[in-house]
Amino acid sequence: MEALLKKVDYQVMPHLEDKPVMLECQGLKKVYPTPKGDYVVLDDLKLTIKQSEFVSIIGHSGCGKSTLLTMIAGLNELSGGKIIVDGLEVRDAGPDRAVVFQSPSLLPWLTAQQNLMIGVNQVFPHGSKAERVEICKYYLDKVGLGNDFNKRPSELSQGMQQRVGLARAFALKPKVLLLDEPFGMLDSLTRGELQDLLLEIWQKEQITAIAITHDVDESIFLADRVIMMTSGPYAKIGDELVIPFERPRNRKDVLEHPDYYDYRSYLLNFLNH
Amino acid sequence: MKNKSIKTLKFLGLGFLEPLIHMIDGEERRKNATRFVKGSLLPLVSIFLFIFLWHQGAMALYNSEAKERIEKARIEQGEQAALDMKACIESGEVSCQPNTLPSPAKVYQAYIALWQDHLSISQKKSEFKEKVSETNAQREAQGLDPITYTGRPSFLDQIGTSLKTVAAGFLLAMLIAVPIGVVIGLSDSLRTAFNWLIQIFKPVSPVVWLLLVFMVVKTVIKDPSIDKSFIISSISVGLCAMWATLVNTSMGVSSVDKDYLNVAKVLKLNIGQNIFKIVLPASLPLIFTGLRITVSVAWMVLIAIELLAQSPGLGSFVWEEFQNGGNDSNAKIIVAMFVIGIIGFVLDRIMLSVQNLMTFNKGIA
Ligand SMILES: Nc1ncnc2c1ncn2[C@@H]1O[C@H](COP(=O)(O)OP(=O)(O)O)[C@@H](O)[C@H]1O
Ligand SMILES: [Mg+2]
Repeated sequence: MEALLKKVDYQVMPHLEDKPVMLECQGLKKVYPTPKGDYVVLDDLKLTIKQSEFVSIIGHSGCGKSTLLTMIAGLNELSGGKIIVDGLEVRDAGPDRAVVFQSPSLLPWLTAQQNLMIGVNQVFPHGSKAERVEICKYYLDKVGLGNDFNKRPSELSQGMQQRVGLARAFALKPKVLLLDEPFGMLDSLTRGELQDLLLEIWQKEQITAIAITHDVDESIFLADRVIMMTSGPYAKIGDELVIPFERPRNRKDVLEHPDYYDYRSYLLNFLNH
Repeated sequence: MKNKSIKTLKFLGLGFLEPLIHMIDGEERRKNATRFVKGSLLPLVSIFLFIFLWHQGAMALYNSEAKERIEKARIEQGEQAALDMKACIESGEVSCQPNTLPSPAKVYQAYIALWQDHLSISQKKSEFKEKVSETNAQREAQGLDPITYTGRPSFLDQIGTSLKTVAAGFLLAMLIAVPIGVVIGLSDSLRTAFNWLIQIFKPVSPVVWLLLVFMVVKTVIKDPSIDKSFIISSISVGLCAMWATLVNTSMGVSSVDKDYLNVAKVLKLNIGQNIFKIVLPASLPLIFTGLRITVSVAWMVLIAIELLAQSPGLGSFVWEEFQNGGNDSNAKIIVAMFVIGIIGFVLDRIMLSVQNLMTFNKGIA
């Protein structure tokens, strides 16, 4: 296990070695004003993520993971520091950073296809209508909803809704995909299916991805690197663990990997202290 | 087929017939029979009970009023006058009938009488039309206004006028309240700025609105050929009834799910797209809840406003009947009461159906 205690070393991830940096957080700070005075959630947080890297973030509930993610998304103001995505400082939200939240948050008055369409229209305004419809159908088909284009969210199960949520995010062709406990509300069987699905599409699209999860197994299975956040207040990055399993991954190989339980207990060890 | 007809029935508010359809279909006959009895026979029983109690009450009031009349005659004019009065009342003579709550039978008679009256008036109208058709054609050729029937309107005509007034008032309320509600709902500062105005004007009584509208309309419209009473009453109805829609719309718009607003932000929708693609659809259920309340308030205040404004319609019908004090006036007023109630109920049903169409199921999320 000692061998694992090394800091991030891109040597271990040859496929990321000469990729440019996609996302950089510098001295990030977040303060929420509360009736009992200011509450400093994040303080001086630093994070660098390379292009087409998949990073997962774990940490105790309430430590500020969602805060960090919404700040990157541009949906939450910074109290200090900088976020740079692909060389440009983040000022507000935008389709280059697609977000998938725990609840699918589809627009209930639109069909699955229309839910994708509203985003695709924004991102590809110059494409013909037929091309845009094609894009929507392609991604819905990818997430296994080839027969449900015209269903409304209320006609879809929770798992299917989240599939639409994934399709909607990928259809934007974002630079960074942000996932906040995306499968947290699903039963374990559906969760497994969606993890496979996510990795499959991600593998194809090569998008930089950040996934928050509280499931240690999920964090290992998905990521090239697991980031561990310390408990708040004044939370920051406590430790990092590189997961060098080869890609594309399948669940069985990952679970049977001789190092798997070492990684797992390393993460659990961090969380329990 | 079966499910479709059940759906249609439910949509029409006739859901209580559902077990009957299941029964005819041969499903669980006993259970559905019980459900049908519960759902439709019980209301029927209660209707009969209501009519019975009404009848008894009306009889009691009738008798006490009759007794009082006889007694009064005795005190003022002596024994013989009292006996005459008693005979007169028993003979059913119109002039000495006690004036009190009419019995269900009398109300039914009044209903028939009103219907006959409507038939005779519409016949007169069509005769009149035939008679003047030639003259009117000439007048039209000369660019003059056609001669119209100016006789007394029938009860049905009054209902029509009332419905037209309420429709105009409702449209006005919607056209004012929804856009303002959206604008106010979008901005916290505007909401704070205008809240006092809404809170103060919302409880103002229809009477005051009517007077206010009267003051303004009287000054603005000087042309005597324009029907001012219709304008005044529909504007007053609209102003009284719009508050529910205004409040609900601004509430709906200001409480749109944060997730939906985040979608708009991530997609960088501009303000127009944001309103028409996210905010409005998301607040439609609340807007329609407001519109439904607006319709029922509009219908309720309409009667009072027509009554006061002396504009034609059910309200003035009730008022005129009350004032002319004919022997079946009271019964006609009760007929009007039922008609008002039933129309109000039907309007509410219609709005409920529309509201249900607008309420999307949020799903499990
Ligand atoms: N809008 C807010 N105002 C005040 N405090 C907040 C707000 N949002 C989150 N917090 C607090 O900040 C901390 C971090 O929240 P969050 O980022 O949601 O944690 P996590 O996602 O890791 O569970 C929590 O203690 C939470 O109570
Ligand atoms: Mg969270």
